[in-house]
Amino acid sequence: MPADTVSVTGWGRTAPTAARLIRPRTYEEAALAVRDCGARGGIARGLGRAYGDAAQNAGGTVLDMTALDRVHAVDADGGTVLCDAGVSLHRLMEVLLPLGWFVPVTPGTRYVTVGGAIGADIHGKNHHVSGSFSRHVLSLELLTADGRVRTVVPGTPLFEATAGGMGLTGVILTATIRLLPVETSLMCVDTERAADLDDLMARLADTDHRYRYSVAWIDLLARGAATGRAVLTRGDHAPLDALPRRTRARGEPLSFRTTRLPAAPSFVPEGLLSRTTVGLFNELWYRKAPRARTGQLQRIPAFFHPLDGVPHWNRVYGRSGFVQYQFVVGHGREDALRRIVRRISGRRCPSFLAVLKRFGDADPGWLSFPVPGWTLALDVPAALPGLGAFLDELDEEVAGAGGRVYLAKDSRLRPDVLAAMYPRLDDFRALRTALDPRGVFTSDLARRLHL
Amino acid sequence: MKDAFGLPQSLLVLGGTSEIALATARRLIARRTRTVWLAGRPSPGLDEAAGQLRGLGAEVRTVAFDALDPAGHEEALGKVFAEGDVDMVLLAFGTLGDQAHDERDPRAAVRVAQTNYTGAVSSGLVCAGALQAQGHGSLVVLSSVAGERARRANFIYGSSKAGLDTFAQGLGDALYGTGVHVMVVRPGFVRTRMTAGLPEAPLATTPEAVAAAVELGLRRRAETVWVPGALRVVMSALRHLPRAVFRRLPV
Repeated sequence: MPADTVSVTGWGRTAPTAARLIRPRTYEEAALAVRDCGARGGIARGLGRAYGDAAQNAGGTVLDMTALDRVHAVDADGGTVLCDAGVSLHRLMEVLLPLGWFVPVTPGTRYVTVGGAIGADIHGKNHHVSGSFSRHVLSLELLTADGRVRTVVPGTPLFEATAGGMGLTGVILTATIRLLPVETSLMCVDTERAADLDDLMARLADTDHRYRYSVAWIDLLARGAATGRAVLTRGDHAPLDALPRRTRARGEPLSFRTTRLPAAPSFVPEGLLSRTTVGLFNELWYRKAPRARTGQLQRIPAFFHPLDGVPHWNRVYGRSGFVQYQFVVGHGREDALRRIVRRISGRRCPSFLAVLKRFGDADPGWLSFPVPGWTLALDVPAALPGLGAFLDELDEEVAGAGGRVYLAKDSRLRPDVLAAMYPRLDDFRALRTALDPRGVFTSDLARRLHL
Repeated sequence: MKDAFGLPQSLLVLGGTSEIALATARRLIARRTRTVWLAGRPSPGLDEAAGQLRGLGAEVRTVAFDALDPAGHEEALGKVFAEGDVDMVLLAFGTLGDQAHDERDPRAAVRVAQTNYTGAVSSGLVCAGALQAQGHGSLVVLSSVAGERARRANFIYGSSKAGLDTFAQGLGDALYGTGVHVMVVRPGFVRTRMTAGLPEAPLATTPEAVAAAVELGLRRRAETVWVPGALRVVMSALRHLPRAVFRRLPV
C-alpha cells in the first residue's frame, strides 16, 4: 500500500497537521492499515469536506477511503442500495437517479462519502421531514480496533455511537441505505424573500411542513430593520406531470447532469472576503431573488449543491482559511437565536450565505448533531481579528440555551463546553474505552475535545 | 491540539522566568491553553512564575532545564513530551550579558554565546524532533532585532541572536510540510528586567505587546514577526545603510 507523510487539513484549511496517508483498495488492506497504524492511531477520511480537524490525525495514520468505492447492489424495486463507505453521494446520484431513486439525505455538497455521511450523521434541507442520514441506514459493516468486521444495525449501542461518532468507533466499510423514490431529476422550487428575522422565522414556522426541502439564506451583514433578512427556497422533487410538454427533460426525466466551473485559483490574497465585498455580494444575492416565485424547475445541483460548481471554492478565503460555525437551539429558545443573530450582525462578521433552517425530530446517535429546533450555519474568514473570542461567547450563549455546535464543522470549540452540549458524551467515551482500549482510532478533533 | 486560530492547548516554555514568555503564557491561558510546562533552572522565581500561572486556571508544572547543559536537554525535554502532546514550544531563554565587561572577559562572552546560541540549537533540535514525531506544533523562537545588524553597543549579544535567528529560519524551512510551524519573533527594545537601567531605544515595547504579536502570528501561521511591526520597515532600511554611516548612528 502506498503511504506518504503529508500535511492534512479539513475543508476550512485551518490547523494543518502531518500524517501518514494510506489508501486501502480492499477491506483486507484497510484491516492491515488499522492493525499497523502505530502508537498515534488512525482515522478514516473521505473527501475531506469536514470543515475542521475531524479527519486528520497528527503524527498518526489517515486512511483515505475513497478507493473503496464500489456500489455493490441496488434493489430497484425495494429502494435500497448496498455500497462501500468510500462511495460519494455524487456517484450514488449518478447510479440511482436513472433508476428513479434519490439519496435520502444530502448536505450542501454531493462530494461527501457514505462513510463520512454516517460518521457525521449529516442532515439536509429535508431534516424536518426525513431526519438525519443515519435514519435511512439499514445496516453497516464496521471494522473495529480488534481487527474484526461487525455488522451493526440500528437500535444497538454500537450503531448509536457510530452514527455521528466522527469515525472514532472504527472504519465503516459498507452500508445499506434506504432510498427515496423520485419521478424526475428536477426540483419544483418556491422562492420568497423575508424582510427581517421575525418575518423569516414566522414564515418558516408556519409553512415548513408543506415542503420536503426547506432552507433560508440569511444576510448576516444586514443591520437595523433589515437584520436577518433572508431568501427562502423550498420545494420538492418535481413529479413527471409537472414537466412542460415538448421539452428535452420530458424525454429523459431522470437524467443527471452536472457542470463544473474552473477551480478557484490556488493563491488568493488574504482579505478578499472583506465586509465590503461580502456586503456587496449579500446585497446582490438578496436583490436578485424574486419577491415570490412558485413552481420554478431547477436541476438537483442548482437546488442542493450550488457551491459544488466551483471546485476548491474553499480557497477564496486565502491562506488562513475559514471557520464554519453551526449551532442548533431548541424550539422555545428563539430568544437565544435572535440574540445571536443580532450579535453577529452587530459585529459585522463578513459571512456570506449563512443558512437558517428548522430541524425536525432527532435521531438516536449519541453525538449526532440535530435536535428539534433552529439551526444557523455561517462561515467566517479565520483571519478576522478577535473571532476566536467572539465565537467562544456564542458557544456560551448556545450552551446556555441548551443547544450545541456541530462537530463536523467545528475547529475551535473549548473541550469543557462540549459536555454541556452533548449529554451522551460519557456514554460515548465509555463505549470507546470498552471497544478500543488502546485508543487505535483517534483524530485531531478527538484529541482537542477529549472525545 | 491547536484550534483553527493556531492557539495551543498545551505550552512548553524554555526559559520559564522570562517576562516575555510569561506575558505570552498569560495571554494564551486566557484563550485556550490549559497545560503549561515551565522549563528553567530550579529557583524560587520559577516556582513563583508557576504559581502565578496556576492562579489563572492552568495546570502548571516545572522542569529543570539549563541552557548551558546541552547534554541534559534530551532527557529533560523528553520527559515533557513523554507526558503528552505539546502544541507550542516557546524558546525564550537568553542573556544580554554586559558588553563592556564581556569584551574584556572572553569567557563571559562565550557564556552569552553558549546560552543564546548553542543552548538554543541543542534544545531547539530536541523539540523539533519531538514536534515532528507528533505531527503538529509550533516552535516559537524569541530572536531580536539586535541580530539583524551588528551594533557597537551590543554586538556580542547581537551576534548570538543572529546565529539563533538564522538557525531558526533554517529549521523552519527544514520542517516545512511536516505539520510543525516555526515562527521567529524579533522584538526591538522590550522593557524588562533584562533591559532595566539601559537607555531606551526608539520604538520600545512591552512584554504584553510581544505576547499579542505572538498570538497574531500563530493565527496567521507567520514565519517572522516583528514587534512592533514598524521595525520591519525600519530595519530593512537600516540593513542597507553603508557601515560607515551606520557606525555613526546613535543607536
